[in-house]
Amino acid sequence: MEVSGMGVTGAAVTWLLDAAGVRVSYGGRPALRGIDLTVGRGEVVAVVGESGSGKSTFAHAVVGLLPPGGRIDGGTLRFDGQELTALGPRGMRALRGRDIALVPQDPMVSLNPVQRVGTQVAEVLVVHGLAGRGAARLAAVELLAQAGLPDPAVRARQYPHELSGGMRQRVLIAIALAARPKLLIADEPTSALDATVQRQILDHLDTLTRELGTAVLLITHDLGVAAERASRVVVMSQGRVVETGAAREILESPRHDYTRALVAAAPGLRPRRLVTRDREPRTPPPDLLVAESLVKDFPLPRASAGPRTVRAVDRVSFTVPAGRTVALVGESGSGKSTTARLVTRLAEPTAGRVLFEGEDLTALGRRELRPFRRRMALVHQNPYASLDPRFTAAEIVAEPLRIFGVGGRRSRRERARELLARVALPPALHDRRPARLSGGQRQRVAIARALALEPALVVCDEPVSGLDVSVQAQVLELLAALQAELNVSYLFISHDLAVVRQIADHVVVMKDGTVAEAGETGPLFAEPRHDYTRALLAAVPGQRARPVAPAGDTARVADRARAEDVDHAGERTPS
Amino acid sequence: MTRRDMARYLARRLAQAALVLWAAFTLSFIVLYLLPGDPIEIMTGGGASGDAVDPAQIAALRHEYGFDRPLAVQYLDRLAAALHGDFGRSVTSGVPVLGLIRTGLPATLTLTGLAVALAVPAGAGLALLATYTRTPRLRRLLLSLPSLGVALPTFWVGLVLLQVVSFRLRLLPSAGDAGPAAQVLPAVTLAVPAAAALAQVLARGLDNVLRDPYVETAHAKGAGRLRVHLRHVAPNAVIPALTLLGLVIGELMTNAVVVETVFSRDGLGRITATAVGAEDIPVVQGVVVVSAVVIVLVNLLVDLAYPLLDPRIVLGGRAS
Amino acid sequence: MTGLVTGLAAEAPLTAGPGRRALGAARLLLSRPGLLVSVVVVLLALTAAFLPGLFTSGDPLAAAPARSLLPPGPGHPFGTDQLGRDLFTRVVYGAGPSLKVTVVAVAAGVVLGGLLGLVAGLAVRWLDDVIARVIEVLLAVPSLLLSLTLVTALGSGTVNVALAVGLANVAGFARIMRAEVLRVRTSAYVEAAEAFGARRHSVLLRHVLPNAYGPLLAVATLSTGTAVLAVAALGFLGYGAAPPAPEWGALVAQGRDYLSSAWWLTTMPGLTVAAVALAVNRIARAEGEWAGLR
Repeated sequence: MEVSGMGVTGAAVTWLLDAAGVRVSYGGRPALRGIDLTVGRGEVVAVVGESGSGKSTFAHAVVGLLPPGGRIDGGTLRFDGQELTALGPRGMRALRGRDIALVPQDPMVSLNPVQRVGTQVAEVLVVHGLAGRGAARLAAVELLAQAGLPDPAVRARQYPHELSGGMRQRVLIAIALAARPKLLIADEPTSALDATVQRQILDHLDTLTRELGTAVLLITHDLGVAAERASRVVVMSQGRVVETGAAREILESPRHDYTRALVAAAPGLRPRRLVTRDREPRTPPPDLLVAESLVKDFPLPRASAGPRTVRAVDRVSFTVPAGRTVALVGESGSGKSTTARLVTRLAEPTAGRVLFEGEDLTALGRRELRPFRRRMALVHQNPYASLDPRFTAAEIVAEPLRIFGVGGRRSRRERARELLARVALPPALHDRRPARLSGGQRQRVAIARALALEPALVVCDEPVSGLDVSVQAQVLELLAALQAELNVSYLFISHDLAVVRQIADHVVVMKDGTVAEAGETGPLFAEPRHDYTRALLAAVPGQRARPVAPAGDTARVADRARAEDVDHAGERTPS
Repeated sequence: MTRRDMARYLARRLAQAALVLWAAFTLSFIVLYLLPGDPIEIMTGGGASGDAVDPAQIAALRHEYGFDRPLAVQYLDRLAAALHGDFGRSVTSGVPVLGLIRTGLPATLTLTGLAVALAVPAGAGLALLATYTRTPRLRRLLLSLPSLGVALPTFWVGLVLLQVVSFRLRLLPSAGDAGPAAQVLPAVTLAVPAAAALAQVLARGLDNVLRDPYVETAHAKGAGRLRVHLRHVAPNAVIPALTLLGLVIGELMTNAVVVETVFSRDGLGRITATAVGAEDIPVVQGVVVVSAVVIVLVNLLVDLAYPLLDPRIVLGGRAS
Repeated sequence: MTGLVTGLAAEAPLTAGPGRRALGAARLLLSRPGLLVSVVVVLLALTAAFLPGLFTSGDPLAAAPARSLLPPGPGHPFGTDQLGRDLFTRVVYGAGPSLKVTVVAVAAGVVLGGLLGLVAGLAVRWLDDVIARVIEVLLAVPSLLLSLTLVTALGSGTVNVALAVGLANVAGFARIMRAEVLRVRTSAYVEAAEAFGARRHSVLLRHVLPNAYGPLLAVATLSTGTAVLAVAALGFLGYGAAPPAPEWGALVAQGRDYLSSAWWLTTMPGLTVAAVALAVNRIARAEGEWAGLR
């Protein structure tokens, strides 16, 4: 490979990190099959791939923290002139945290819950002998301030559970940068955070590393994030590097088929409609579902002071026309999922009405509600949790038919297989239990189950959020095709605006339990009126790096101003 | 947590403790006084098979113990008396129950304390070492010890120790209450299953924590393995072990019944063993209630210790 | 992960059914020699409990003063006691009173505790609270103390001792069952079934029960091991079978007087109890491994 060759021959240009032919296996099963990858001093390189591509394994191999059973079988890993594979555990430990630092994936679980935040930052300096205990404690406050944490002296004395996810990720950044490392490895640093918070954290990380001259190896599943943040992008698939190049090149003229598929599937990069409607329907479709001023209060645990309840949903109204898709969009805590539960009567609204085909569902008892269960179905956020682990795929799909006594045992089984065939689940998988299906396959089973009784409405709660982009695209295409075929309506709950733009006719933007803005998808994306909608739109990664706006895309993303006003909304401290 | 909150919490917990003691009293009343057809018959060892007891004598006893009165009255009378520390008199010896328990309690509490002092470091050390070592064989060996420890009958462990240490090697006295040397074998016997149970729970906890992402964060800082194990892994794994310790102390006190019998030592255990054999109902009820008091106190201490070990735990509830 | 999952799935055979399950169980046994030995030990002990004549032709009560206190050797694998009775024969015949009733008592405890937990897990809030409190109080009381209290009330004897041990475990079983029922009841797949209009009893029978009873069985096996130990301890204390009858705990107690001269009298029956308890515990752990494999 051309780039790594430069590192070896050119005496003037030595790479900070130079991996050549790195092979890693877990208990004999190969995970990396020869990785060539270089990072220059102060350079930002992104490694992009889907789950199972080996990108995270590579990151862990570099810091010498492969999980038990993992080992480097071959290749060279040179860092700053030293061969890491020959260094031994003691030498690696001296390097780790001081010269090579790691920002881990999920900030919610990556800090020691029983140690004060300041102590955890100071520990880096203490273990490397860079400061005494007292000096380290003072330095920790300074580092937290640099990482953009307000009131650093107060925060330093708090425990992780007292901080929000965004704050915790800032603490982890402070830890990583404490010893001024030469290389920072960020392993999906923001994938667990809300989009607006994600953008702020990445911006801050950019600024800090540029100031300090730190090289960054950014591991991400999100091509948009990679293209926006890195000068070079390395695309990995199944333990191999399939393509390396400048960020623009990769996006605009991907050479490898896999990269091309990845670019095509990334919703943030190429917004395209999966559904086309007649421009002017002769008669507007009738309203299938009407939510009228829904309110939901949850009781708070008894405390000496303060309110008794918290309002999760506050006077939310919207309609779902027959055969159309309405999306409820918002970040965590916006009340979108609770709204979905109210609409399906899985939770009782405190106030408000739900009209379904003209009937007020909130007035019905459990028994009277049963006929309506046939007409509206649910696809859960986590398909694995929503499928009974003891049932096979075919049995799961036949379950609603059995509940309503449709057909005999045999005809139900046949119908289940038909439905599974329709969601393109290979017949060989029909008798598998959920544990032995992949995430995308499970979601197909859940969709087949939802369609079993030919409902008028399917409520999809974050149906693609846990899936790889390519799988995500397939599932969305399936949903669109099924709608065209069956004229079913969707109420689509999502945090992902890019996904929503592909599939929804109407969008309802929710914030703190209320509707911030609602409207038709095209105009709403083109000219968002509410600040919060604008902030959400600006936070969709990949727009800065977007190659060519495809025809018909009317969205303007001119407003790229840092959404400071949502900073504190997004980083609320959990109570 | 303010001082006021603390006082309120303690008051609530003490009320709860009183409720638990009441439940223990009531349950033991139901089991001991209601379950047997006729307590007097049991206590006099009479009935069809036993020696003929003078019917007049039985009637007198029945009157003395109040069994000729309605159940509710009996229950309330006994409850009122128990509140004053009066659990009645032993059927076999005629001694007041509380006095009898008081003579045995100190020896048994000392023994229990010694056993805890042995079991905690042994169990914790075993678990820490087993989860720290990177030699699979040593790990397997260390982890097999606790499963062995919980499967050995306590009485048999005591006898084997006596056989080997006292009779074969003549290192320690075999029985009796003479001096601290006589305490060693009983305390060790009592500690074996407790240490084993603690080691099992702690090792499982440590193994779970080792998979937590913050452990990787600590390693990524460049901290050494021992430091990570002691400062990041262990503090996060102690809570379940602490909960177990609260239960274990009660178990140890009860196991004294067996151990004191094996080593022929005087104490609450021996008193209990004799009382159960003689079906001395008032003494057994006294033992149940006194044990409940100890257990409730230990659990209160354990609950007060939780927030010191985990800042997420707030007294009287869990923070989000 | 996707690749990994599909890769793993592709390796497994596609056919499902009882045949594959039996094959899996056999494979599990063969790959873990300790487990195989444990299964053999438990099977032997249970056979001895019901058909002691298969193992020995001797009489556990036949005294032979001429051959008293013989150490283990040919003819007397476990030695003889002070009356010349063959210890091996006595240990074999001791399996009956030690195991038979214990197993029945634990089973009764599981059914009782399981039902109590099920009721608590399904009941309205206040009833659940009450049951949960009672369970909590019972759990705080050491099980040996509970058994001793029950023995006092019921009187001594093999059946009463086993009953006392079985009842002392009810709270533990109830707690597990309640926790499992609550876990499954609030799971997304039960919610999904409800969202599809499933009736309450159908959800209970098809989803809640089948997914909740597994952990209860694992705990039941584990507490069978503990119950064997508890029955032996009560026998040792003299509350079990009346003196001449062989019972493992009582055998150890009888050997106490010959501690310095005849080690086998305490060691052999004690080792037997330990071996059975160990074997049962090992099998209990395997249930988890087995569930993990599926």
